[in-house]
Amino acid sequence: MADHVIPAPAQNPESEPFYAAAKEGKFMIRRCTGCKKAHWYPRAVCPFCFGDTEWEQASGEGTIYSYSPMRRAGYTIAYITLKEGPTMLTNIVGDPDALSIGQAMKISWTAAADGTPMPTWAAA
Amino acid sequence: MSINGRAYIVGAYEHPTRKAPDKSVAQLHAECARGALADAGLTKDDIDGYICAGDAPGMGPINMLDYMNLKVRYFDSTDVGGSSYIAHVAHAAQAIAMGKASVVLITLSGRPRSEGVQTGTAMRPGNPQVPDAPWESHFGPTTANVYGMVAKRHMYQYGTTSEQLAWIKVAASHHAQWNEHAMLRNVVTVEDVINSPMVSDPLHRLDCCVISDGGGALIVTSPEIARSLKRPLVKVKGAGEAPKGQFGGNVDLTFSGGAWSGPVAFAEAGIRPSDIKYASIYDSFTITVLQQIEDMGFCERGQGGKFVSDGNLISGVGKLPFNTDGGGLCNNHPANRGGITKVIEAVRQLRGEAHPKVQVPNCDLALAHGTGGLLGSRHGSATLILERE
Repeated sequence: MADHVIPAPAQNPESEPFYAAAKEGKFMIRRCTGCKKAHWYPRAVCPFCFGDTEWEQASGEGTIYSYSPMRRAGYTIAYITLKEGPTMLTNIVGDPDALSIGQAMKISWTAAADGTPMPTWAAA
Repeated sequence: MSINGRAYIVGAYEHPTRKAPDKSVAQLHAECARGALADAGLTKDDIDGYICAGDAPGMGPINMLDYMNLKVRYFDSTDVGGSSYIAHVAHAAQAIAMGKASVVLITLSGRPRSEGVQTGTAMRPGNPQVPDAPWESHFGPTTANVYGMVAKRHMYQYGTTSEQLAWIKVAASHHAQWNEHAMLRNVVTVEDVINSPMVSDPLHRLDCCVISDGGGALIVTSPEIARSLKRPLVKVKGAGEAPKGQFGGNVDLTFSGGAWSGPVAFAEAGIRPSDIKYASIYDSFTITVLQQIEDMGFCERGQGGKFVSDGNLISGVGKLPFNTDGGGLCNNHPANRGGITKVIEAVRQLRGEAHPKVQVPNCDLALAHGTGGLLGSRHGSATLILERE
């Protein structure tokens, strides 16, 4: 698993504040100021009601919804359902043979090729 | 207003090549167009509508129309990945029903095999303006692993097994043995599939489709022109299309957009899933077939594993003969887009022109359904119901 390096993230103006906060160790999600629902991936316009959204710091706790290790490539893709509700596509770090759907997870930052901290997950 | 009975498929052609390092992509498109016209008994000058998708080199339909020197009064380039061409038949039927065209050509071609594309496992750099890219592309959602997550969830939620998924490949291989153009003609067993190398857990190498060069083309026309030709009449009876994504984070991997496109198509056709004699089901992976069989209503949700087992998809053996050309799993997945070959084999079945070993007796109603994009993140589904008159 050690050989796999996460590439530097593609960036646009909607994502830049997330990675700026990540550099301070904060895992941020967005929530609608109108309907109050949290969503993922973060958007400026609420995907539920088209209202305005704002950043909030999330707990960094979640559970595995599904996952699939590509052992030869050395990484495990996963959907993690956040404590706040939404489910995010991500990578799980650690032994893929020790994982199961429903398992409790916590955020575990991994440096990308350019050093950007990436929101990956590990067993809680 | 409906397209039911307003258009017919009169030309269907699958390029025989599976590896074409000596041909350009545009050339493959044109060779497919020529083949479909010959099949229909029409000529180049009869074409007045053209539809292609993202595999066509250039800007939408413009460069291919110029290459083939076609003068049309209708064009479309809806691109929803591999299912595009199933939706294209419906779009062609709509254009014909509205009098905007009378003979519509649809083409697909590509050379991923010659170009050495690692279709299923290669990470792709993210375009930062694709809205999900800044959140996902670096995590390596390739193709195999996103479908792997769907399979993993199906197993967790419904008790589906690798052996049940393997039956889908086994059935495809039983059909492919009779197809002289198929890439994989050896009949395989459940054990062969589950003992093949793991690509992305729980999907093995033999759970995946082939990577092939090639292409195909279709000709859709009006009832009047169809009746003037010498080919069996294959009527467009119903169609549906639907996108599915992550719902703002409310991810649900237990169904595809087919759960919406299927019922729309069945309603327009005025028939039920149990009326279908033959089904072309998009088979990028075994799990793709299993989930879409549930979405089409051929069995209850969660029962797909049981449904596909014991040869139930094998022509002459089971209740739902599927992909009798060998499908993408064994025959052909040109340009990494299997939608057009799904329609072509359905047309062969309805005409009675499938291989005699896999021809479904009295095949009068067929379905072609596909998923384009990624089953486990975001995709476009398209369903088409065809009837032999």
